[in-house]
Amino acid sequence: MKQQSEKNTIIESLIKKYKDEKGNVIPLLQDIQDAFGYIPEDAVDLISKRLEIPESKLYGVATFYAMYRHRPGGRHLIQLCTNVSCMIMGAEMLVNFLKNRYGLEEGGTTPDGRFSLMIMECIGGCDTAPSMLVNNDFYGNLTKEKIEEILEKYK
Amino acid sequence: MEKILLRNIENPRSADIKEYIKNGGYKDLLLALKMQPGEIIEEVKRSGLRGRGGSGFPTGLKWEVALRDPKSPKYLICNADEGEPGTFKDRLIMEKNPHLLIEGMIIAGYAIKAEYGYIYLRGEYPYVKKILSRTIKEAYDKGYLGEDIMGRGVKFHIKLYQGAGAYICGEETALIESIEGKRGQPRIKPPFPASTGVWGMPSVVNNVETLSNIPYIIEIGATAYLKIGTPECPGPKLYCVSGHVKRPGVYELPMGTTLREIIYTHAGGVRDGKRLKAVIPGGISTPILPPQNIDCTMDFVNMPRYGSALGSGAIIVMDETVCLLKVCERALRFFAHESCGKCTPCRIGTKRMLETIQRILRGAERDEDIESLLELGSVMDAASFCPLGQTAPNLVISTINHFREEFESHIKEGRCPS
Repeated sequence: MKQQSEKNTIIESLIKKYKDEKGNVIPLLQDIQDAFGYIPEDAVDLISKRLEIPESKLYGVATFYAMYRHRPGGRHLIQLCTNVSCMIMGAEMLVNFLKNRYGLEEGGTTPDGRFSLMIMECIGGCDTAPSMLVNNDFYGNLTKEKIEEILEKYK
Repeated sequence: MEKILLRNIENPRSADIKEYIKNGGYKDLLLALKMQPGEIIEEVKRSGLRGRGGSGFPTGLKWEVALRDPKSPKYLICNADEGEPGTFKDRLIMEKNPHLLIEGMIIAGYAIKAEYGYIYLRGEYPYVKKILSRTIKEAYDKGYLGEDIMGRGVKFHIKLYQGAGAYICGEETALIESIEGKRGQPRIKPPFPASTGVWGMPSVVNNVETLSNIPYIIEIGATAYLKIGTPECPGPKLYCVSGHVKRPGVYELPMGTTLREIIYTHAGGVRDGKRLKAVIPGGISTPILPPQNIDCTMDFVNMPRYGSALGSGAIIVMDETVCLLKVCERALRFFAHESCGKCTPCRIGTKRMLETIQRILRGAERDEDIESLLELGSVMDAASFCPLGQTAPNLVISTINHFREEFESHIKEGRCPS
């Protein structure tokens, strides 16, 4: 119960931060996601009540943008690019490696809750393809060995 | 050519405002603030600067429409939603030379009499967000942004706005919808954003690279600027080279440099002694070129004569080991994923094209698949609402035109010749 009220306090304070701002929905959803790792249903419910925006409209926005997540994920988010420049430089091999080595499927989370994987459309790291983001950090020129070494840093 | 957009980026502290000022930064802003807004627009028009996001629209014309519109407030929006696969040039400016962009924005804002600016940064660049936040703060602290810029009674504020992963928001009206907190679906044009943009007010949307050209145009004047590049497309251009080259990266060269020179002289040619198979010259929404066409000059006017487009200048080089059907399949997965769903030709067309390519890759031996791809492509080009759906078929159609035998080999023999 206490957890729920703490959660609500965070959501309420974020709503307050953006209440009087035009075009507030997208940065607000972003902050909610930064706080919880995803966008919880009760957050959408509260935003709808406080800002008087129908829930359907909020979900319309929240599901339109690919970077919003709707389920809790792992402690660290791996965002691996497989678009053309990364693909021709071996990104598919890395997708297979993450699957075999960590049991990570696209959109999935490791059983220990350490990593989640998102397959990305071009993250602008084409000159150092294949590339990925881990949380907010960028890594390029990836190989299987290099990924393993990088992920060691994220516990 | 002297570096303009990438000036001083070898300096590890190039993003710092002190370094920027030491190298002559914000001097052009003072020059601009001593000019009348109309004079600045005249200079930008005369410079022949065209939008670097891919459309190639004359920048000065957009500005003029916004300035002349009686409605206010007006807005200046920097499109930093760099999403065209293969493109990473704006990222480099924002990481290494962010004050150049801010200086360009302030001048642009003053020229169109906008007091508010937005930077719409793509969600995939969280580390750039940190840099830009600091850059904006530094500019406020030094009095280059705020209520009274450099004591000249000019007001301009910049707000950083981050997207959340939608390629379509690179289209200016979709970007505006997104700033307003909505789904990023494009609006019908006209009215154009320069008269009816964000919150219904006159809004100029310019790409990062475009705005970063402005300080230099003010510094040297349109006449000198016109000596760079080609008469129809003046100025420097950032070309992004990725794929199978020895030295991938961003190259700042005069507009109209040949694709051959960029790939072989600057990027070092194809790596590992392999043969060049094909080049995508302007991002995956532009038509592919075979090796015999790489003497084309990379600018907005000449590329269509070679059957492609400059796009964002994102050059993807592919060697002989690449299966072009797999490249088409990956590109179509992208377009099907990024189609915003507003219009049927794009929403359904990208899916049907993807399914067809996947069927060919499975070796389904249907001769009519090539013809149906061509037909679907022409319908999407003719009937889609915005450039996403109009250009999504480009890669597939051009691959059929230049590499038909590769499609036929997949269909008839169930294998890739590469």
